Amino acid sequence: MIRLTNVSKTYGNGPTAIAALKNIDLHVPRGSIHGVIGLSGAGKSTLIRCVNLLERPTTGSVVVDGQELTTLSAAELNQARHQIGMIFQHFNLLASRTVFANIALPLELMGMDKVEIRDRVMPLLDLTGLEDKADKYPAELSGGQKQRVAIARALASRPKVLLCDEATSALDPQTTGSILELLQDINRKLGLTILLITHEMEVVKTICHRVGLISAGELVEEADVGDFFTAPRTRLGREFLNDFLELEPPKALVERLEEAAGEHTHPVVRLAFTGDAVSTPLVSRLARECGVDVSILQAKVESIQDRTLGLMIAELIGTPDKTREALAYLESHDLHVEVLGHVQRDA
Amino acid sequence: MSSAMLNLILKATLDTLYMVGVSGLVAALLGVPLGVLLYITRPRQILAKPLTNQVLGVITNIGRSVPFIILMVAIIPFTRMIVGTSIGTNAAIVPLTIAAIPFVARLVEGALNEIPPGLIEAAQSMGATPYQIITKVLLPEAKSGIVTGLTITVVTLISYSAMAGAVGGGGLGDLGIRYGYNRFDPLIMLITVAILVVMVQGFQSLGDHLVRKADHK
Ligand SMILES: Nc1ncnc2c1ncn2[C@@H]1O[C@H](COP(=O)(O)OP(=O)(O)OP(=O)(O)O)[C@@H](O)[C@H]1O
Ligand SMILES: [Mg+2]
Repeated sequence: MIRLTNVSKTYGNGPTAIAALKNIDLHVPRGSIHGVIGLSGAGKSTLIRCVNLLERPTTGSVVVDGQELTTLSAAELNQARHQIGMIFQHFNLLASRTVFANIALPLELMGMDKVEIRDRVMPLLDLTGLEDKADKYPAELSGGQKQRVAIARALASRPKVLLCDEATSALDPQTTGSILELLQDINRKLGLTILLITHEMEVVKTICHRVGLISAGELVEEADVGDFFTAPRTRLGREFLNDFLELEPPKALVERLEEAAGEHTHPVVRLAFTGDAVSTPLVSRLARECGVDVSILQAKVESIQDRTLGLMIAELIGTPDKTREALAYLESHDLHVEVLGHVQRDA
Repeated sequence: MSSAMLNLILKATLDTLYMVGVSGLVAALLGVPLGVLLYITRPRQILAKPLTNQVLGVITNIGRSVPFIILMVAIIPFTRMIVGTSIGTNAAIVPLTIAAIPFVARLVEGALNEIPPGLIEAAQSMGATPYQIITKVLLPEAKSGIVTGLTITVVTLISYSAMAGAVGGGGLGDLGIRYGYNRFDPLIMLITVAILVVMVQGFQSLGDHLVRKADHK
């Protein structure tokens, strides 16, 4: 539904030029919810704004619903934009218009008459739970309600794609939850394709099917959400995950960690397991089958959409041969094992 | 006070209202579009035309920097071309209008500047044309700011119109100077000033009322 090919964006030119996006390839299939996560300044907003050409890519191609956007005339682009709704972090509602009139705006722009507009807006008020707010002004609404209005407004032209630029970043966790639920609802009911950018793992975890990780203008990793939360492939991905899970090895341990295994060291491992492995009595099996004791330093069980994810940081205590055997055992049981380092045995 | 005197005061009041009304109206009709143009031609705005913007900016600044009394005299040939005479109430309206247009334009530009850029972006994402952005977003969102600007303009015009006497424009200011100052009639002086004060208060209250009605923030 959305396909970016080799998209780059450079702001300014000469020595002060900033390469905000570098050779981005992104494909969002019809009907899916795709998240892009990254740190501040990574280029998230630039990326999503390239999809409806609010920002014109310096090079590359942007195809939405089979139509190449970069070569369209101004009038054709405006037409194409009716197929692409967008919501923003700060809602961007017109203060001079009521809720009803805000939702009606895109329809007025399309030249629709009053009766038609009414017929379109009323069901959207229902869908977004704003039935009793039609005549209120944005200043009279809470943040969550404002974002609902913005969502209704973005849906008014019956777009095929919805772009969300940090749509929940200005909201408290509870309101965020209800907005995400609404987005998910829309995705299911209307089959709308959603591309959202965020810096919050919670958002990705709650509604995304796939996720891309952007760093310094590059998409460095892309995965199904379940996989990303089990085994991120990049260092940045792991940092995001550990931050989210608040799963960091204790500081005192980190200081003692050595990179290379020595004769008198134990490995410290990070284990991630999903599905059946979660309910396996792992620790006792390692003791029984490999003769290795497991000292659990941290552990956590999270549910990621319909999957359960277990995470553990543990020290494997045994002879080098035995611990090697234990690692092989773990890997053969579909666990993601990452050796964080080694600690001296009697420290 | 003689009835002749009262008539004089009444006529002067109407002259002032006439001068301020006509020049204010024409200045609004021309100054608002100029202000919009100054805003939308800025770099990175919806009709970015940096050169046009600079030229318009310089012209506007010149209009604003010439002292009114000098402007009034300097444009006498132009005034004659427009209204056929260089003296009288109508002749005073031309320089009043010319002075007010750039004034209005800058105030409108300032009001537009207060609109969060995100609103324009949102409209663009909906496929709005520049014309639609002006009529559906910029002007409605800046309405209260624009009304504030127009109120300031009217009040300023009332004060400028006192100088219209220099071209035989009449009005309250002229009356005050001729009778109150030159012939030293303190009563006339007091009455004209009092009427001017009431007039300014009236327009200000009207403006404030309209702003409150337009403002939903
Ligand atoms: N209009 C602009 N002109 C120049 N540089 C820009 C412009 N917009 C963004 N940038 C730069 O491009 C880079 C990416 O910015 P972008 O806004 O896409 O980041 P982001 O990931 O959305 O960050 P945040 O989470 O803070 O919103 C930054 O270095 C930023 O300074
Ligand atoms: Mg951003």
